[in-house]
Amino acid sequence: MRKVTVTVNGREYARDVEPRLLLSDFLRHGLGLTGTHVGCEHGVCGACTVLAGGRPIRSCLTFAIQMDGAEITTVEGLAPSATELHPLQEAFRQAHGLQCGFCTPGFLMTLVPFLAENPDPSEEQIREAIGGNLCRCTGYQNIVKAVQLAAGKGRCE
Amino acid sequence: MKPAHFDYHDPATLEEALTLLRQHGDDAKLLAGGQSLIPMLNMRLARPAVLIDLNRVAGLAYLREEGDWLAIGAMTRHAEVERSALVARRQPLLAEAMHHIGHVQIRNRGTIGGSLVHADPSAELPAVMLALDAVLVAAGADGLTREIPAAEFFLMYFTTCLRPDEILTEIRVPALAPRTGWAFAEMARRGGDFALVGVACTLSLAADGTVAGARLGLTGVGMTPVRAASAEALLIGCAPSDERFAAAAVAGAGGIIPDDDIHATAVYRQELAQVLTERALRTAYARAGGVTI
Repeated sequence: MRKVTVTVNGREYARDVEPRLLLSDFLRHGLGLTGTHVGCEHGVCGACTVLAGGRPIRSCLTFAIQMDGAEITTVEGLAPSATELHPLQEAFRQAHGLQCGFCTPGFLMTLVPFLAENPDPSEEQIREAIGGNLCRCTGYQNIVKAVQLAAGKGRCE
Repeated sequence: MKPAHFDYHDPATLEEALTLLRQHGDDAKLLAGGQSLIPMLNMRLARPAVLIDLNRVAGLAYLREEGDWLAIGAMTRHAEVERSALVARRQPLLAEAMHHIGHVQIRNRGTIGGSLVHADPSAELPAVMLALDAVLVAAGADGLTREIPAAEFFLMYFTTCLRPDEILTEIRVPALAPRTGWAFAEMARRGGDFALVGVACTLSLAADGTVAGARLGLTGVGMTPVRAASAEALLIGCAPSDERFAAAAVAGAGGIIPDDDIHATAVYRQELAQVLTERALRTAYARAGGVTI
């Protein structure tokens, strides 16, 4: 066991971990932050995407111990309060950007930094940005619409 | 937990990492970005007894201009190379290829050195390094460094010429020469997938407008990345034209022996190699300042 200290969503946690513990399992089982979902566990589906130092990474392809000293943001860190959603979450809700919701945390964590860097993205750029996230419900149409809505250029019927 | 137990070391210096590697030999695997190794650990296809994590080794992540070369630290993340204004300016072929590597999440973690040492025969970077005559610098436990031309680096599927006690530390990429165009073209079933076939190309023009140099590196067509030498030979010294590019592409595709696999047949790969080579040559020619005759 080794000690790891990470800041997740602004709060510092210190835990003893086995080096083989994946960041995804650390977040879910070690910290109880089950908003990060685990799909394929080999880097294909994108459900486990979190931010490390502000950039999206696959938490199933990173060991918790490697994040010692790092700043992590998970989907739990997006909403400003218990009664408000992040604007992108709100857009997903309005545009029906999810059905079962399993992939949604990964999409959100991929798209929040994307929109910060590309506030006015084209549809092609949006589709490129979500290339590493799989959704089996929506066919991606409403996810793209949700991003356009959040970027202030889409309309939601 | 998914990966089997391993002893974990995260050395702070290259010397420590080399010592650990010599100490543990074949029982150890080096961990760079982990975007290929960790999936194999998760599925227990790989069960190394010891993992030596290079992520905390000082001084292995950098991008520097050294005269007519770019020196890139082996632990530099794909995303840093992709976003680098220096790379875009001095070696746009590399910049163009970066975008095809995995997805943004992979590029934020994966490293240029890890990708090259992994030596996936369908990966983008090995073909780019071959086309550019890059030099790979390895450090050994004896304290010596070795400079390895890209043409000698890749031996087989997932196999390089690195010795068991060596660590890749730097990649040296020549800057784009004057009057030289470039293109990276690939076909993958989905964006971010490994290419079925990919082509990395540079084309240089002489003062009289003839082709002074042509370099074609192909990926996805064999055990290692390969040069399309027969295509290059048809181009050098010749007046560029669409017909000449088409003939070179036919020759290049004729010189490779791809495999059938679940993703594509050998015949399809050959066809792709031809089409992509022709496209890459035309693009590179236009970027070299030529106009199609």
